[in-house]
Amino acid sequence: MATTITKSDTLVGKRIRRREDPRLITGTATYVDDIQMPGMHHAVIVRSPHGAARIKRINIKKAQELPGVAAVFIGKDTEKVGPVPCGASLPGLRVPHHHILAIDRVYFVGHPVAVVVATDRYIARDAADLVEVDWEPLPTVTDPEKALAPGAAAVHPEWPDNTAFTYHQEGGDVDKAFAQADVVVKQRITSQRLIPSAMETRGVVAEWHTGDRALTLHSSTQIPHLLRTILAQMLGLEENRLRVVTPEVGGGFGSKLNVYAEEALMGFVAMKIGKPIKWIESRRENFTCTIQGRGHVDYYEVAAKRDGTILGIKLKLIQDLGAYHQLLTPAIPTLSVLMMPGIYNCQNIRADIVGVFTNAVPTDAYRGAGRPEATHGIERMVDILAAELKMDPADIRFKNFVSNDAFPYATATGLTYDSGNYAAPLVKAMDMVSYKKLRQEQAQARTDGRFLGIGISTYGEICALGPSPATPAGGWESATVKIEPSGKVTVMTGASPHGQGEETTFAQIAADELGVGIDDVLVVHGDTAIVQYGIGTFGSRATAVGGAAMYYAIQELKEKIKKYGAMLLESDNVSFANGACVDNKTGKSVPLAQIAAASYRAMKLPPNTEPGLVATYFWEPPNFTFPFGAHIVVTEVDRETGAIALKRYVAVDDCGKIINPLIVDGQVHGGVVQGLGQALWEQAVYDDTGQLITGEFMDYALPKASNIPWLETGHTETPSPVNPLGVKGVGEAGTIGCSPAVVNSVVDALSPLGVRHIDMPMTPEKIWNLVQAGGKA
Amino acid sequence: MTQTITLTINGKKRSDTVEPRMLLIHYLREVAGLTGPHIACETSLCGACTVHVDGKAIKSCSMFAVQADGRNVLTIEGLAADGKLDPMQEAFWNEHALQCGFCTPGMIMTAKQIVERNPKPTEEEIRHGLEGNLCRCTGYQHIVNAVKAAAAKA
Repeated sequence: MATTITKSDTLVGKRIRRREDPRLITGTATYVDDIQMPGMHHAVIVRSPHGAARIKRINIKKAQELPGVAAVFIGKDTEKVGPVPCGASLPGLRVPHHHILAIDRVYFVGHPVAVVVATDRYIARDAADLVEVDWEPLPTVTDPEKALAPGAAAVHPEWPDNTAFTYHQEGGDVDKAFAQADVVVKQRITSQRLIPSAMETRGVVAEWHTGDRALTLHSSTQIPHLLRTILAQMLGLEENRLRVVTPEVGGGFGSKLNVYAEEALMGFVAMKIGKPIKWIESRRENFTCTIQGRGHVDYYEVAAKRDGTILGIKLKLIQDLGAYHQLLTPAIPTLSVLMMPGIYNCQNIRADIVGVFTNAVPTDAYRGAGRPEATHGIERMVDILAAELKMDPADIRFKNFVSNDAFPYATATGLTYDSGNYAAPLVKAMDMVSYKKLRQEQAQARTDGRFLGIGISTYGEICALGPSPATPAGGWESATVKIEPSGKVTVMTGASPHGQGEETTFAQIAADELGVGIDDVLVVHGDTAIVQYGIGTFGSRATAVGGAAMYYAIQELKEKIKKYGAMLLESDNVSFANGACVDNKTGKSVPLAQIAAASYRAMKLPPNTEPGLVATYFWEPPNFTFPFGAHIVVTEVDRETGAIALKRYVAVDDCGKIINPLIVDGQVHGGVVQGLGQALWEQAVYDDTGQLITGEFMDYALPKASNIPWLETGHTETPSPVNPLGVKGVGEAGTIGCSPAVVNSVVDALSPLGVRHIDMPMTPEKIWNLVQAGGKA
Repeated sequence: MTQTITLTINGKKRSDTVEPRMLLIHYLREVAGLTGPHIACETSLCGACTVHVDGKAIKSCSMFAVQADGRNVLTIEGLAADGKLDPMQEAFWNEHALQCGFCTPGMIMTAKQIVERNPKPTEEEIRHGLEGNLCRCTGYQHIVNAVKAAAAKA
């Protein structure tokens, strides 16, 4: 029998290499496209080449006749399948009915109109080309501001103003704040559409078990249980007869926090043909049909006193929603509003959102989801204000930070910041770059005619999503902890990680709590037939909410372990530590494995105690968590080419208690590089007819290894009081902190030309033109 | 129309009958059952499908299976011998050079080629060598560390 290891050293806080890696580095992990089943068929989807069009006629005869084709389905075949759902609710929200296959009208390039099913993926692809559609192209609009103008093409004929919703939020007395201001600065700031670009595209394998009337659906998703609930409704299946399996997931970044037409469509096809069906999204489809991120046009006004004290913030936010709502589309800009004061003590805010339909794929949650936009806005505005007042950008931040004694701090947007020490990361980052010396170097560079820039951003974010009343689908998370008869520990988490390393970090926490070795713990996730209902991994929540649920399940188990320990030791005074129960009087002990064996063998039971050592805990968090940090970026702009050299990148993040510094650094690096992508290179460009011009990796500039500078990371640790682990979350921090620091740096570099704002991405062409025009945009 | 090919994959010879238009990556994954190399772009831009053919790192989405006839193919599955990881695999593990793992098999095959061609690469040379492989998770820094570490051990 295996025994547990007794140890005194803790695993939490250690740089431990990941336990999920052996299968990933040997090529033996199973992603959805790796699944093969006897009799499996392949699906290819026929999609609209037009941004908007009426479908006059579809001819599927030639496709049906191709040898190897099993079936072709069009919109009218799938009419009974429920629409693609929107999970967000806002007052007066207009929700277009989005059918899984278009029936008579399409409204974005990539809109699915037919599905071809064949014995082989090559044949399915051939057959898709044989589907003939007679299109009547219709007028389109892709720019959200143009969509709001009178006379614009209507994305949905029933709503000619293209307005899906308006939303107003106000706190404090904004008019008074602006009336009292010495200075008001205004700026239009955009956050361009971005393509999440998980390296693994979406994919589904669905299998219908005719005899059981049950469907097993493998999908590359971040939310297996929510997907099951919603798909069962769409397909008219009983929920307990739908099993969703999330195999290895090759990245999500929010793009797989959704329920897609194709997931329901594959369930439908499997039920129709009675054979397993596989659909793997092509990269082109991923660009045009998977949700995109951002898509903001923001109009900011900030009122301040001459000493730099921020008095009030106004924001008009135009959100490009795309052609319809995916799961959370309209909710994303409301997160921007929640975080619009950043980490500054400003109690007067006013925000007005207009959600706009355009002929493009919907926007939705992409790494940061609303918070990068908010941070970009406030961090740019603070720099613009500093320039206006001729203050150092660090000084104006120190002046306005929420002070350490103000926590828990109630914001003007209705949030309660849990804990913070906002000056600490900035002080540390300034120390790391030798800020004072750097400013001297900059002064010298300027006299030499060089464009050297120093950019700061000090960000706050809302993480650990979140208390259920504040979320669309429940904000708790679940864990089941089983101590097996051998003493081995199995953790089943409702969070469904896909690269974040929870198989390691959760095992570190569980091993410490139970006093066992990390190799004695196995973390299981992502199969609704195995794991109790859960919410999923997104919004930097897995450890802060799911880890806390596991912690509480373990505490319940400990009580039971002590009862068995007391029985076995024949003592009424025992404690549990280091993987054993100890009689506090005699010092005699009994190891966990022996206790576990006794609990399952059940020859004798402690009073009022059932056999076995299993506990399930659903934890409802009392609040969000609010991580924060400071990034400083040094750039130099090449006057001749417009190229931006990233000379230094320093990121100091405070994500609360750190479970595994190696993994935290990895999350920060990855997040920062996605932020660099937005700041410098990435942009989803649609032309006026709705064609995505940047529809391949050839045209959409994903960051490459050679583009990236060495990232210097540092940390401060301010525990969160919200959960017993003190953790806050770190998955999105890098992205949120990055883009304003980079833009602030380049604006600072070009400030001798009078430049005060540059919209992203700051391509060499844009910068070169700006320099050529003497700083005038 | 089909064609018979004979090739060596990870040290083992095999023959199969394939359509001339079948891509090498589809052949490896769906005929030979080696699902380590991944398909992520189909256009030779991301490198997730990287394998070695006759010792050279190639993107197997831009080569036909029939072009591999008579040649020697090494995939990620062929690296670890007798349960012992290749030093590059070990370095990727130690340095946390992967998160979701989808780009990793291609990334490791490319990383091996970098060190084979240049046993003591500088950071700049490593980053240049990794240009054809995209990773959306790691920000590349830990991958650079892994290549450095593996090179230092070799």
